[in-house]
Amino acid sequence: MAIKVSLKTLRGPLARKVREMSGEDPNMCFQCGLCAGSCPMTGEMEIYTRKVMHMLQLGQADAVLAQRMAYLCASCHTCQVRCPRGIDIPKVVEALRLITLRAGENFLAPEAIPKDRLKEMPQAAIVAGLRKFTG
Amino acid sequence: MSIGYYPGCTLKTKARNLEDSALACLRALGIEATELPRWNCCGAVFSLADDDLIHQVAPVRDLIRARDEGHDRLTTLCSMCYNTLARANLLMRDDEEKRKTLNLFMDEETDYAGEVEVQHYLDLLRTDVGWDKLRATVKKPLEGLRIAGYYGCTLVRPREITVAPTLFNDFLAALGAEVVDFPESTVCCSSYQILSAEGAALEASAKVLRGATTHKIDALAMSCPVCEYNLGKRQADVRAKFQDVGEIPTFYFTQLLAVALGLPLEDLGLKQNEKSSEELLRARNLIAAA
Repeated sequence: MAIKVSLKTLRGPLARKVREMSGEDPNMCFQCGLCAGSCPMTGEMEIYTRKVMHMLQLGQADAVLAQRMAYLCASCHTCQVRCPRGIDIPKVVEALRLITLRAGENFLAPEAIPKDRLKEMPQAAIVAGLRKFTG
Repeated sequence: MSIGYYPGCTLKTKARNLEDSALACLRALGIEATELPRWNCCGAVFSLADDDLIHQVAPVRDLIRARDEGHDRLTTLCSMCYNTLARANLLMRDDEEKRKTLNLFMDEETDYAGEVEVQHYLDLLRTDVGWDKLRATVKKPLEGLRIAGYYGCTLVRPREITVAPTLFNDFLAALGAEVVDFPESTVCCSSYQILSAEGAALEASAKVLRGATTHKIDALAMSCPVCEYNLGKRQADVRAKFQDVGEIPTFYFTQLLAVALGLPLEDLGLKQNEKSSEELLRARNLIAAA
């Protein structure tokens, strides 16, 4: 599969948007994979943080935004405290979520949560989930 | 100066046992912390986008309430509230531009610049009671009980707001417990993911509980209603999926404190825990037989 890499893709609008929203530069990542190795939510992710950083570096806007992985992040910050480049990875992932959420596309419909679970769940979990998954 | 208490939305209902036991212990220890008369939900998570300030208003308003009541410290029990309030506080303290913008936006409030200190209840015990004094006040030491403090994420990450790394261990030692440190004590339970990615969430919780099983831990002590939900209430679902996960009773750390201080049963709120929690305490003669 051929990937076109040029200054245009490296400095493209998605990379710029992510940098503005997160204050972090994905180009700082040197692909060590420590983040993905530390992530507690890899269970259902199609790809992990490391690859997402690489895709951002290569300007693969549509492919990155199509990933569900940003919505599987639990904001645990394990990757953030361990990244040897000091990249605030949760902020990068939040930026990816927000780009889609702000375009009006919610990831989770509140009605989709089973009513009996909603009744028993702590409010903190519901508030946090709706903050992360809806615009 | 005085200490304010911020409960957060969960502690008045789903985590009533955390609040009730915590407040009973404060009374027993002679520490005065006054609930803020007017508080709002802190938002549960700290907003991570640089261009989003509207979600900082909620936690900052709670800090302003504390300041307006004349408190120099604000204590809280829910780890997620602690994390959100502490980080919002640092933002107001360190980021001049955002502080200006937020203060201008909240035009009915007096300007806030991070004057209040956010202190988690566990750390409050360290500074205002001290471990030696706490040990001397214990009436029912949790002898022979292998307990691990489950710190979770929001008490220790990011580094700017972390509690001391051995805080939970020191606390449990003061209660006379056999303190067990296990590697998964800071591994995420999956937090709010239980809402939308149940499979992955149960798997994440399993990693924590498996660690507790391997280290032959009798009970987990925690400080977060979401952790308690994932690791306690949903433990049966975790065990149904993963056969190598043993039954591990879970407690809020304040419930264990209340037991150790010899407080009456009604202050413990054990009816809100899974049955295994009360059963364990009875089996070890730490509370009266039924």
